[in-house]
Amino acid sequence: MKDVNAPRTDPVIDAQGLNLTFQTADGPVQALKDIDLSIARGEFVSFIGPSGCGKTTFLRVVADLEQPSAGTITVNGMSPEAARRARAYGYVFQAAGLYPWRTIEGNIRLPLEIMGYSRTEQRERAQRVLDLVDLAGFGRKFPWQLSGGMQQRASIARALAFDADILLMDEPFGALDEIVRDRLNEELLELWKRTEKTIGFVTHSIPEAVYLSTRIVVMSPRPGRITDVIESPLPRDRPLDIRDSPEFIEIAHRVREGLRAGHVDD
Amino acid sequence: MKSVLPVLTVVAAILALWYAATVQMNRAWTEDRAARAGVELTFAEVVADTMSQQRPRLPAPHQVVVELWNSTVVEEMTGRRGWWNTGTLSNRSLIHHGWITLSATFLGFAIGTGLGFVLAIGIVHNRAMDASVMPWAIASQTIPIIALAPMIIVVLNSVGIVGLLPKAVIAAYLSFFPVVVGMVKGLRAPDMIQLDQMKTWNASGRDTFLKLRLPSSMPYFFASMKIGVAAALVGTIVGELPVQQGGLGVRLLSGSYYGQTIQIWSALFAAAILAAVLVGVIGLIQRVTLRRMGMAQ
Repeated sequence: MKDVNAPRTDPVIDAQGLNLTFQTADGPVQALKDIDLSIARGEFVSFIGPSGCGKTTFLRVVADLEQPSAGTITVNGMSPEAARRARAYGYVFQAAGLYPWRTIEGNIRLPLEIMGYSRTEQRERAQRVLDLVDLAGFGRKFPWQLSGGMQQRASIARALAFDADILLMDEPFGALDEIVRDRLNEELLELWKRTEKTIGFVTHSIPEAVYLSTRIVVMSPRPGRITDVIESPLPRDRPLDIRDSPEFIEIAHRVREGLRAGHVDD
Repeated sequence: MKSVLPVLTVVAAILALWYAATVQMNRAWTEDRAARAGVELTFAEVVADTMSQQRPRLPAPHQVVVELWNSTVVEEMTGRRGWWNTGTLSNRSLIHHGWITLSATFLGFAIGTGLGFVLAIGIVHNRAMDASVMPWAIASQTIPIIALAPMIIVVLNSVGIVGLLPKAVIAAYLSFFPVVVGMVKGLRAPDMIQLDQMKTWNASGRDTFLKLRLPSSMPYFFASMKIGVAAALVGTIVGELPVQQGGLGVRLLSGSYYGQTIQIWSALFAAAILAAVLVGVIGLIQRVTLRRMGMAQ
């Protein structure tokens, strides 16, 4: 648990004493309390905890979609706003959010159009990321012609298209069934190994967190805070059946303990 | 094709009711005249007479159809002032009057749609407009147009604006409202995820508008244009009443001056047919556009 503040080489995301309080109609709600977390290049960090624990809020602070009330945070050594303007990260939301009036390729080209890439470059990049998420040949289809899993893959492709080296994912597979989810998890690991991106991944599935991550951040609500940070001893190569190994079960147990500890005051 | 039978059934029911009402409403006049002439009429004679009066209280459907035909095709092809003989539309034909109404409707609809569009963009992008414009837009629609129209005509006349434009202004006055309401909803249709997404790409306001808000609003835009064009037609007809320079509104009014009920009803039907065609055309454009956008339902 001590390694939260341990110095790491080359931190991509670095938060110190981060606090965020929302003003709501029912009074202030402390969404984040004293978050210290440093994420190194190439890490796959999962955030897990019950709803209201601030895991999504933290990701949104990194993405400059929420402003912290206190504390400091840097992304690629810059403020989150500067990092956002520099297009330092790709963000995958809970819903695919594809535009129904654009084809899959058109959707992937959307951020590229906004960022001013040339037409030929847009086409090349769209093809490349479509290959990457195993959707080659679906570029001309419209979103409604694709299954939910394929739509979410397209939204990942869209986040990858502009070569940001940070990928922030907010429960991207939350709405999918278990079987599709397993496959997408496998594919995501494969993608992470190939692209060497730094990934921040919000989930509330324990097996998903343990299977994917190099580090698991366990959070608890009211106020949203980090209760445990678990380094995964699992190797980078992870076949699906690693989930039956004793190491896997042990980590999953520790995550579960952490989640339970956060719940005592409920 | 399955939808034809129910539609025909409803039409048949309306026609049956209409004929029954024709007999009932025009009978008094027929019987009165017969009594004064000292003639005894059979029921069949009464029915036949109620459907062939010159100025019935309620014209029979076939009288309206015949009048529609006579005041369009027959008037233009055989009338002394008709298109066939003079090369210009007869001022006694519904085609002539329908065109006057239609041109003012088009102009008014264009102005109204443009105004509604611009106001909606303002409301969505500007906090002050968001708080202030909508109450006024709603208030504007609570004033009966029949009371407002003569004043608009008089005011515009006094500054030298005459002809098509005053009528178009009244049409625009009615048609901007559905466009404002529909487009505000449409431009706000994108959900938080889509707007956040735009922010993560550091998209400009212009990109967010052109690539997200505007395409999202298209189904709303067409729905409000359908209401708007029908409202523009009503506005034009109301605007024609005080102007008295032709149009379906003038036909309605002169018909009521001279008790020409058949003329009133045929002008009413001409207006209804025009409205149906206009709404139909927009519906067609909607289908083609949304299909091309891949948004067809």
